[in-house]
Amino acid sequence: MQIPVEGFMYPNEVELQWSVLIVLYPFLTGLVAGAFILASLERVFQVEAVKPTYRLALLTALAFLIVAPLPLQLHLGHPERSYEMYLTPHGSSAMAMFGFVYLWYLLAVLVLEIWLDYRHDIVVMSQSTTGWRQLVYRALTLGSSNISERSLHIDERAGWLITVIGIPSAFLLHGYVGFIFGSVKANPWWSSPLMPVVFLFSAMVSGIAVVMLLYMLMCRLRGETIDMRCVDTIAKYLFYTFIIDFSLEMLDLVHRIYEADESFRSLDFMVHSRLYFSHIVVQILMGTVVPIGLLALTQVVKLTEVQRKRTYVVAGCLTMIGIFAMRWNVVIGGQLFSKSFLGYTTYKMGFVAREGLLTAIILTILPFFILWALVKLLPPWPERHSVAISAAASGD
Amino acid sequence: MNITRRQLLILLPAAAVAWESIIAGTPEASPNYNMTDHWWGMLMDVTKCIGCGSCVRACQLENQVPDGYFRTWIERYHVSDWEMEYPKVDSPDGGKTGFPPAREDGGKNFFVPKLCNHCVESPCTQVCPVGATFVSPDGVVLVDQKYCLGCRYCVQACPYGCRFINPATNTANKCTLCYHRITKGLTTACCEVCPTGTRQLADLKNPNDPIHAFLKTHSVQVLKPQMATRSKCFYYGLDGSVR
Repeated sequence: MQIPVEGFMYPNEVELQWSVLIVLYPFLTGLVAGAFILASLERVFQVEAVKPTYRLALLTALAFLIVAPLPLQLHLGHPERSYEMYLTPHGSSAMAMFGFVYLWYLLAVLVLEIWLDYRHDIVVMSQSTTGWRQLVYRALTLGSSNISERSLHIDERAGWLITVIGIPSAFLLHGYVGFIFGSVKANPWWSSPLMPVVFLFSAMVSGIAVVMLLYMLMCRLRGETIDMRCVDTIAKYLFYTFIIDFSLEMLDLVHRIYEADESFRSLDFMVHSRLYFSHIVVQILMGTVVPIGLLALTQVVKLTEVQRKRTYVVAGCLTMIGIFAMRWNVVIGGQLFSKSFLGYTTYKMGFVAREGLLTAIILTILPFFILWALVKLLPPWPERHSVAISAAASGD
Repeated sequence: MNITRRQLLILLPAAAVAWESIIAGTPEASPNYNMTDHWWGMLMDVTKCIGCGSCVRACQLENQVPDGYFRTWIERYHVSDWEMEYPKVDSPDGGKTGFPPAREDGGKNFFVPKLCNHCVESPCTQVCPVGATFVSPDGVVLVDQKYCLGCRYCVQACPYGCRFINPATNTANKCTLCYHRITKGLTTACCEVCPTGTRQLADLKNPNDPIHAFLKTHSVQVLKPQMATRSKCFYYGLDGSVR
């Protein structure tokens, strides 16, 4: 397949190395980190208004975290050797830490926190259900069926401590993803100390937006009224985080334009040609300026409940598109120009291929199926939770 | 022998690490070659290069480099008298079969052969997540093909575009400075066939190597010195417009 090239590329640069799957990787881990940080608002920072989304945020984070390494595995030339990263990690490589950061976050933070938070419910359900469900819940109790007041208090304290540890871990998880790109000195589009910080804030933006949208969608599906105090609070945090994220990105942009180093002409040309649509139109205008404007509107103008809901849905969806575009522009954009700064290549994405569009679509949808299964297994709703417990207590 | 569960748990990781070194095997023996006695690099006299492409063809034959990928290649620069910052560069098929006629609209034309710079502080080895790519004790950047994951981080990290993923092995590939030859007292395939002596293999630890006399009497440069990679590919007669 002939790849169109403009100007001069080093001969080995014509083919892009990192595909749409590597775009998905920071997108998915960003949702994990963002969703967890939203959950921590209630747990650690005592923002009671967002409580209805606490468990949903944790389950969302878990669903996305389970899928996060899949695009990496599919992308590797030798996925069967990936375990080597655990056995012989190379100390100077940022990427070598992925396995450890991932496992730490999955097992020491997220799974443990969810288990502690749900332990009471799991024990109750292991007693109130029958058949295979009972077996599953029994297994999930890990042999501990003590739900005395004292033990629940210990769970609560331990859960709080894990959330406290989890916040810097979430920062580590996604800041580290930013560092993988930001530390490549050969690539001026990536090489920036701001990269981990920008990644982190964009992660928080996307994670908060996805939980807000999922909460509203699930309320609608379940025929329940949306807790507007909760959604208003989430939207407020989304707005503030977005402002910081946008400011950082603009700082990076202004710095590049003003400094105008040797790479500037090349990068500037790229933004005005091959990346114009995905960067200027989708990421900055449609995916950042418009949602920030909409969220600002809800802060300064008194809108009705219905108007606010619609505004949040539109702003949330645009935010998700904008953050995905940001990942795309970083990963794909960073490979479209030559390190000689004298030419540009093209990204050709297959449809049915190992690293094609279909795989990317499946990997994007997969977390929602996992979330659906997790919600069925561990209902995050306080109402059902209380119904189940009362049912169990009455011996039904 | 009785082993408790606790002892087994301690022994298993140790056994896993030991097994790693067993399956890694032993390197191919090269009699009379002592790695610590050498420190390899290359000298490029670009004033001599005629862009014939012999080096590229020899490299591809010697190292079974797949079509469309290059361990070495030649670039042709056209620099006008008034715009040195933005030269016109071409490298059709890596210069393997030579070049079409040069531009005649003023300015200057010249050829620049490129290959891995075998940097001392190589960014590609720094980023490899498993250490599959490394700098050998004699200063050659190599890739362990049986160990590489094919994550492509090294390809991204190389500032000079010297690496690629070999579609036949799905692993990172690059110039090895014909390690299988130089450890047997031969020169590299590209140096062997260069008709003008543009390329010269250099052993910086050998006091009798002509590189030392050359470096004392000539001004040489490395590519992209701002990258601070301590490149060992020295260029004589390199124009400031070269990237």
